[in-house]
Amino acid sequence: MAVEKEHLIDLRGVSKEYDGVQVLDNINLYIRKKEFMTLLGPSGCGKTTTLRIIGGFETPTSGQVLFDGQDIAYLPPYKRRVNTVFQKYALFPHLNVHDNIAFGLKLKKVPKSEIDRKVDYMLDLVNLRGYGKRHVDALSGGQQQRVAIARSLVNEPEVLLLDEPLGALDLKLRKEMQLELKSMQQRLGITFLYVTHDQEEALTMSDTIVVMRDGRIQQIGDPKSIYDEPKNAFVADFIGESNILRGTMVRDELVEVGGFTFPCVDFGFGENAPVDVVIRPEDIMLVGEDVGQMVGTIRSVLFKGVHYEMMIDAGPITLKVHSTTMQPQGSRVGINIVPFNIHIMKPMQEAK
Amino acid sequence: MISSVALPWWAMVCMGAGLAAFIAMLVISIKRNHGVKRSLFASPYALWMIIFTVLPVILISYYAFTDSNGAFTLDNFKNFWDSHYEANKVIAAEAERLGVDYSQYIVRGTVNVDTLVYSLWMAFQCTVICLLLGYPAALFMADRKMKLGSTLVVLFIIPMWMNFLLRTIAWMSLLEDSGLINSFLRWLGFDSVQLMYTSGTVLLGMVYNFLPFMVFPIYTVLNKMDYRLSEAAADLGCNSWQTLYKVTMPLSIPGVISGITMVFMPSVTTFFIPRILGGSYTMMFGDLIESKFLTEGNWNAGSALSLIMMLLILVSLSILRKADPNGEGGGIA
Repeated sequence: MAVEKEHLIDLRGVSKEYDGVQVLDNINLYIRKKEFMTLLGPSGCGKTTTLRIIGGFETPTSGQVLFDGQDIAYLPPYKRRVNTVFQKYALFPHLNVHDNIAFGLKLKKVPKSEIDRKVDYMLDLVNLRGYGKRHVDALSGGQQQRVAIARSLVNEPEVLLLDEPLGALDLKLRKEMQLELKSMQQRLGITFLYVTHDQEEALTMSDTIVVMRDGRIQQIGDPKSIYDEPKNAFVADFIGESNILRGTMVRDELVEVGGFTFPCVDFGFGENAPVDVVIRPEDIMLVGEDVGQMVGTIRSVLFKGVHYEMMIDAGPITLKVHSTTMQPQGSRVGINIVPFNIHIMKPMQEAK
Repeated sequence: MISSVALPWWAMVCMGAGLAAFIAMLVISIKRNHGVKRSLFASPYALWMIIFTVLPVILISYYAFTDSNGAFTLDNFKNFWDSHYEANKVIAAEAERLGVDYSQYIVRGTVNVDTLVYSLWMAFQCTVICLLLGYPAALFMADRKMKLGSTLVVLFIIPMWMNFLLRTIAWMSLLEDSGLINSFLRWLGFDSVQLMYTSGTVLLGMVYNFLPFMVFPIYTVLNKMDYRLSEAAADLGCNSWQTLYKVTMPLSIPGVISGITMVFMPSVTTFFIPRILGGSYTMMFGDLIESKFLTEGNWNAGSALSLIMMLLILVSLSILRKADPNGEGGGIA
């Protein structure tokens, strides 16, 4: 039980149904103290529902929600030691910035001087010093976001739940806020549970990423392992860009794709087994026509800033390639892929 | 048979005038190279307003400040304050002629003022009851977890499809001496109860008729309120009651104000409900105005009373407007 003591939140076999539709299917997940965990997935994957179950806004159809070892599945939100930063912030429009942040403290009957001190500290923390008297409608999206975070953090929750908090901000502001949130989390030592559909955001901020799809967890891991070793084609496709090809495992450590065979490092799939082959666009090397493992023709070239994105036709397959050197459209190139950059996966079941 | 569905002459005149005004403004604005302005499309309505709102108000003001011969007078307002004013004037003249002290014979008639106060009091009670009944109903209807909510909305609307007079008269057949309730009581062996022709009955009829006007503005505001706000309140430590009075209620004030306006105004001016359910035992200000015009044929006095009521409504509207400066309730305040 020593390991489990570190678990602040433990979801055990949590399922949720809405009107006969299975939104969450047997979710098992634990969150450690001071961890920055991100639930990542496309819309409708159940990530927000998971968050709302922990926040107390939904009750699971079955399963346990353990908080410090106690089942809180049916505890109302106001009795939980978690706070939520809502999508679109949900600031109280009838209160000013100060009163929004002080809302939770006033309920706890904290003395006024104490409230003012804490609110001012929070305003400093989120870089909104002097904004206390402002009306929340008079703030920009980024400022409202900061107020929402301050309003939650001032209650000193053990876990802060964030539901796509940066979704409404523009790209530049979003990047700044990502870094700010991360450093805030590290400074305060609070556990963050973050929900997003933005894979880049997840990779930037998280200690642990939970990739979800159709109410099921696809993979749990740190950003690097999720990116480098996706467990299935869905994760590979969702995190970063990927070429996902149908192939056949000829034998251990040899895979056939579109008539070409490649040595790889995977084994244990059996002989002549159908598999999904995942190759990252940046892992494909373009070489001279005569030295490639296969030969292809450049179909299109797009300039993407840091790199060029080229679509290459090679026999029956088309590959997406990222490279910093540009090959002219129509030219023939050799293609090399080193064995450990080829990821073999069991073929994915079709989506429901 | 086209002729049988022909509109009354005055509607034809209005529509004709509206159309003429519309075409005239269209021609003018096109000639001046302004193109078609959007405000132009309001011209038929503007004309309608002028004929049926602005002109009548001017006429009523004219009548209110003149006597039956058309001469300027404030007697109509003095009559409001003292309904015996005319009679007292006659007595005074007669007494002077006879050279006697008449002052002991003068009685001030307070019936008009009393009626106004009574109307305001009834309307106030009606508004308070509607608010107490309507707010929880609206809360229930707007609760997104309540599947019954939308059914209730329909149930509130259905009676409004029926004619307002019919609905009020229907109460009679329930409440009158030979009505359903008393028949039932007699069948049980009790004495029948006087249910009709009391202030309470009138109040019942008013609440019954005006309740939807309280419920719907509040419902609209609550319904469009972001449910995450109450979730945020719960998240920050509010139990259901605290959420209600710290977040939901303050944010629904525009709807409440709109509801109060839409119940209070027609309540003060109503004359049909007390006529049907209150009989001759209750008289409200609306009845008084109606009787001045139709029974006494005294348009001048009736107009003065109408003006006083309009003034009252304007004052209460401006007070309510202060409480909801943005008009978020979507009401007429």
